[in-house]
Amino acid sequence: MRPLQGMRSRRLSRFDGSARIVRPAFLLLLSAVLLAGNAGAFEEPAMKAGVFSPARLAPDFSLPASDGSELNLERFRGKVVVLGFGFTSCPDVCPVTLAVLAQARRKLGELGDDLQVVYITVDPERDDAEQMRNYLAAFDPTFIGGTGTDEQLAAVRGEYGIMAKKKLYGDDYSFAHSSFTYLIDRQGKLRALMTYGHTAEDFAHDFRILLQE
Amino acid sequence: MTIRRLHWVYVLSLAGVLGLGALAVTPVRLESNEQVFEIPKGTWARRIAGDAVEILPDEIRLTLGLRDVLVLKNSDDVPQIFGPTLMMPGQSFRLPFEMASEYQFACTAHASGQMTIIVEPFPSTPWARLRWRVLEIMTSERLLHTEESA
Repeated sequence: MRPLQGMRSRRLSRFDGSARIVRPAFLLLLSAVLLAGNAGAFEEPAMKAGVFSPARLAPDFSLPASDGSELNLERFRGKVVVLGFGFTSCPDVCPVTLAVLAQARRKLGELGDDLQVVYITVDPERDDAEQMRNYLAAFDPTFIGGTGTDEQLAAVRGEYGIMAKKKLYGDDYSFAHSSFTYLIDRQGKLRALMTYGHTAEDFAHDFRILLQE
Repeated sequence: MTIRRLHWVYVLSLAGVLGLGALAVTPVRLESNEQVFEIPKGTWARRIAGDAVEILPDEIRLTLGLRDVLVLKNSDDVPQIFGPTLMMPGQSFRLPFEMASEYQFACTAHASGQMTIIVEPFPSTPWARLRWRVLEIMTSERLLHTEESA
């Protein structure tokens, strides 16, 4: 009997030893699987746009506005400003961006009264104040455009890191230009950059954050 | 070929298959969801001196749910066009992505004047996980090379 008991106890102790290793290993594996399952569940970013840190004061400018006044950022202090660059003959990026912005502004309801869209042309040859006014009004009558001389506009683009390259197509021409828009808060600080392709919901989401600050 | 050699070929093949299987089955996870690029102090001075300093690779690969936030930091003393935007000294820019797609940005930091960010979907299948791991190794090597040249 003794040898048998001895064998049993050895087997049991071997089993106990294995259990001591296997159990934590199993728990570790289980935790890894559970954690991996949550890998996609990151904290929701505060804004959909790219955010600057620290935010600096948005460089101001003085350009002829589409409503005949002087366009600068100072006059919109207290409002949230969306600043974009483009041209009225743009076949795709500009009309899409402006349509999305108009839709986002409508989604804000009364809060949208404190939102100002400013669109500056990269094509002053064709986009004078009247052309800008008529074009922007088709999207939203509150949108305001900016034009000016080549030098004035190039200086503003330089301040905001905007690229605009003229491309000739026979007698016609077009522009390759930066397609993102800047978000400027009520204090006039350049807070964020929204890349092209975002939905009106994304814009409205970020506008609400800035408007409710 | 002797039986012993055949045995080893069989064992190594089996180990290889099991290894690849484990890589395919094991869920992917990263400590941070940020891909950080930094312009070090003195970069502008080096560029003025004629050094071809490359900070950002022409192509950046991100993955939704794993590494889907691009962070750019300008630690230099002068403003820099970095990625899609102008950044002041000491400023950082955090750009999250929520949609798998290919994004093209104008970037004066590149000789081509363009930067491409490829945002891929979360690797949820074994094959996607295996592919993600292989691409991860290739990307790490490329980034290492970029850092060395900077």
